[in-house]
Amino acid sequence: MKNFTYSRAENAESAIILISSNADAKFLGGGTNLVDLMRENIEQPDALVDVTNLSKDIEETADGGISIGAAAKNTAVANDKKVREKFPVLAQAILFGASGQIRNMATVGGNLLQRTRCYYFYDDAARCNKREVGSGCDAIGGFNRIHAILGTSDACIATHPSDMCVALAALDAKVLVEGKHGKREIAFNDFHKLPDNTPQIETELQTGELITAVEIPKNDFAKHSIYRKVRDRASYAFALVSVAAALEVENDAIKNVRIALGGVAHKPWRAFEAENFLTGNQATGTNFRQAAEAELKAAKGYEHNSFKIELAKRTIVSVLKELAENGGIKR
Amino acid sequence: MSNEIGKPLSRLDGRPKVTGAARYTADTPIEGLTYAVFATSTIPHGRVTKLDVSKAEVAPGVLKVLTHLNTPKLKPIQHPPAGQSLMPLQDDRILYEGQPVALVVADTWERARHAADLVRVEYARAPFLMDFTEHLDKAVTVKGFFEPDSKTGDFDRAFNSAPVKLKQNYHLADRHHNAMEPHATIAAWRRGKLDMYDTVQGVFVARTVIAQALGRKPADVRVRSKYLGGGYGCKGFVWPHQILAAVAAREVRRPVKLVLTRAQDYTSHGYQAATEQTVTLAAGRDGQLVALRHESVAPGSMSDDYVEYGAIASRTMYACPALETRHRIVRVNRGPGTPMRAPQEGPSMFGLECAMDELAVVLKMDPVELRLKNYAERDPTKGKPFSSKKLRECYSEGAQRFGWERRNPKPGSMREGHDLIGWGMASALMETYRFPATARVTLERGGTVLIESGTQEIGTGVYTIMPQIAADVLGVAPERVRLVLGDTTLPGAGMTAGSSTTMGVGSAVHDAATKLKQKLTEMAGGPIAPDAYADLLKRRRLEKLSAEGLWKPDGEAGTGESKEWTMYTFGAVFVEVRVDESLRVPRLARCVGVYSAGRIINPKTARSQMTGGMIWGLGQALLEHTELELNYGRYVAKDLANYLVPVNADVPDLEAYFVDEVDEHASPIGAKGIGELGAVGVSAAIANAVYHATGVRVRDLPITVEKLL
Ligand SMILES: Cc1cc2nc3c(=O)[nH]c(=O)nc-3n(C[C@H](O)[C@H](O)[C@H](O)COP(=O)(O)OP(=O)(O)OC[C@H]3O[C@@H](n4cnc5c(N)ncnc54)[C@H](O)[C@@H]3O)c2cc1C
Ligand code: SF4
Repeated sequence: MKNFTYSRAENAESAIILISSNADAKFLGGGTNLVDLMRENIEQPDALVDVTNLSKDIEETADGGISIGAAAKNTAVANDKKVREKFPVLAQAILFGASGQIRNMATVGGNLLQRTRCYYFYDDAARCNKREVGSGCDAIGGFNRIHAILGTSDACIATHPSDMCVALAALDAKVLVEGKHGKREIAFNDFHKLPDNTPQIETELQTGELITAVEIPKNDFAKHSIYRKVRDRASYAFALVSVAAALEVENDAIKNVRIALGGVAHKPWRAFEAENFLTGNQATGTNFRQAAEAELKAAKGYEHNSFKIELAKRTIVSVLKELAENGGIKR
Repeated sequence: MSNEIGKPLSRLDGRPKVTGAARYTADTPIEGLTYAVFATSTIPHGRVTKLDVSKAEVAPGVLKVLTHLNTPKLKPIQHPPAGQSLMPLQDDRILYEGQPVALVVADTWERARHAADLVRVEYARAPFLMDFTEHLDKAVTVKGFFEPDSKTGDFDRAFNSAPVKLKQNYHLADRHHNAMEPHATIAAWRRGKLDMYDTVQGVFVARTVIAQALGRKPADVRVRSKYLGGGYGCKGFVWPHQILAAVAAREVRRPVKLVLTRAQDYTSHGYQAATEQTVTLAAGRDGQLVALRHESVAPGSMSDDYVEYGAIASRTMYACPALETRHRIVRVNRGPGTPMRAPQEGPSMFGLECAMDELAVVLKMDPVELRLKNYAERDPTKGKPFSSKKLRECYSEGAQRFGWERRNPKPGSMREGHDLIGWGMASALMETYRFPATARVTLERGGTVLIESGTQEIGTGVYTIMPQIAADVLGVAPERVRLVLGDTTLPGAGMTAGSSTTMGVGSAVHDAATKLKQKLTEMAGGPIAPDAYADLLKRRRLEKLSAEGLWKPDGEAGTGESKEWTMYTFGAVFVEVRVDESLRVPRLARCVGVYSAGRIINPKTARSQMTGGMIWGLGQALLEHTELELNYGRYVAKDLANYLVPVNADVPDLEAYFVDEVDEHASPIGAKGIGELGAVGVSAAIANAVYHATGVRVRDLPITVEKLL
């Protein structure tokens, strides 16, 4: 592990100043991902700027949505009453992630930027384009059971491991960021990127830019939303496939539907194909299956993960059926 | 005797364990301690061609960097009781990934670890073998603990003429022990003698091997192990890092602490080798077995002959006139396997009990009935009667407690909501390995009692059970009895392995306590009440009064066989699994086990052994799998985030019961072993239940979602 300096920012401004003074500096949230990677010599920053003292407020916005400070702990978001009422899918997704201890440490900003769990990315004796640009990808011909089936490239087939982000993708959230050149908003679906030829570039964030908050716009039907996580172990395991979904049916026809998938792509995967197919159609099992088929049409399996294609379809159908049956919330 | 044996006494070491007062090896405070960290090979086979330690040597705090170029030559050691005979840092050969190539000693752990990262190694790579299943043609016969083959009757003749036949392959995964406490060794040389605190399941075994490697007399080495945060077999044999820690301490002339990292725990002290099993059965239409053949192939190592006996249970389990078993290994470039909780019978009962379930399906017979039909009254291979066996009672009590008669045998016929429900069962079997032991029991001034024995506490409850046994004989309260263990200066005892400690050490304690009571009676000139003990010592002006006890099994040590008897423990396991009809992830919903395992000294600690075993079996069935990286010849992910062991959310209601039994043939206290039995049969019962729920027969473990989609 490399030596590094540590400083703590008291507000966004000072964080940005501190980070811009050193090209190899990184923000530090709960450290549950970054510190692990530093121990493995995968991340080797010279300096850490602790941003856990920045805003952790969870507030209602003027339009009736919710704004969550980037330093809010995952546990705090999941336990927030407003979040639970308006966006149950978000609370559920967080609670299905990691363990109680990790959620108590992890921040919203850090969760967005957590890195893949690809084994080869963690193993510095293996080749990995994400870790070392142009070195190759050992996952493609190696053991790839946990890898992606959608939006992959010849350079990288890693997944984004977050549960929380799957819910945020379904909820059309916005990421508020701030840097040397000022503030901007990034639509959640544009925030994380597909690997293409540059798997080392994982998000829209520019060097030195800080996440300050995540905003979820008002939305009347997300009260009927659920998160389903399919995993080998009943708790404390990453998703093989997960689905965050919300459904609103009016006069027998689907008025609004949101579906996002986790565990299948380099980013939280918003299922636009499936949503388009369903909108205006009837909420039947057959339609749900067709929607899932449409979404997974472009999926590509590798040696050990082809099962995820069928599993993703079934999970979509199962979640939508449950929403259609009782419009309720199931954990 | 008073009635302490059989009482559900809470653990006497419970409080020190939960309050942190119990001191585990790595926590031992030692003056002037230094820290050692390994740099390990990233290739599975080849030679070290270049070692650059220049950066490591000048890194802050570094005292020494040992490599094969400067490590003193050690004397050869043998497996067993060494885990492997191959000693790293003796030459440039690499035979497995994770083999140490350098050992860095520094004044702090962080500095040692940092410097270990700075060691640069170049290799000449050689071709390697990793996946034994792709090289079954290279299988060889070696002699491990047991005979590789067994044969009774004429298999071919019986098989050919039988009306019902079945042949299936079963595959079990490689698994690792993953004890919560990583291996840790502290070595300190004091006036030419070696003092070690070590995470071992056998202090005397460790002493023997370490002394041998260093060319010392055993008397020059002292090994201590007071508490163990789980062993499960991986701390039984003696592994190279323990010896190298002692070497490092001698080189830097300061005490050295070496704690393996979690990743190193995957490559430093064995694993449960996968097995590829073939079971061939033939039976009459009434279910009577006429021929049974069970073959097993497992990966072995390049350096040693450890064998996982993946067919051994079939030698004993069912009455069958024509019975063959066969064990082979394929040598691969991995460290050797080693016993892991429920070795041998554990894996072999998966193949056998799944095959029996398949036979029951073919015959349209109830699985319990099929087993009763083939009930073995005596060991079909050894020909001897069992010292005790109440497996019939286990089947009937288990079935009744579980509600087995309500089972609809048709697969997929039982459901609730979106869940398919499956009910499955299997038998459990474990050989009763017996080892000699000695103990000393001392009455102290004031009437307290001290037990001394060089055994170990690996989490099973020894600190409670031994006092119960002594208290029972002497008529004092167990709380007045104290046990000191885990030190080679104490009376000798064997490894805490093979579920043998309660029986062996317990019998020695029983003997010592009985002799002490005799002495007291003689001294008092007649029967004496326990509350008069202290007075007696005082009147005789004695500080204390001791007696030495000994137990030696009749028959060969380390086996479950005597001249007249063959000794095993038994059980019946019934499980319910639930599988979502569409998502197909299998989950255990409940488990009932009933066991025939001799006298139960403490039903509370015994119960937690059995339920712990069930959880161990659940891991084997649904989760655990050490994945191989075939392109590089390594394990894929050596950490507890990727190697899945069960967590609380996976564990449903578990019920464990014992039938009333005393086996005087096995030991004077009537006890046998239980620590591993609970882990046997569970995976087969779960696989059988998954079939019952889904109609899909999964013959390779773990049963993960993709096998059921
Ligand atoms: C064993 C284990 C199991 C896990 N299981 C799950 C799981 O099942 N599901 C799941 O979703 N997650 C899981 N996680 C991951 C966990 O959710 C993440 O580690 C956590 O969310 C990261 O948050 P953090 O605050 O600790 O981030 P850190 O580790 O502190 O930082 C992560 C990254 O974010 C950057 N960063 C942090 N804050 C900001 C900011 N405000 N602006 C810009 N950059 C920032 C850091 O520079 C760093 O690059 C698991 C983690 C572990 C260790
Ligand atoms: S999948 Fe991506 S992260 Fe994994 S090895 Fe390939 S390039 Fe690296």
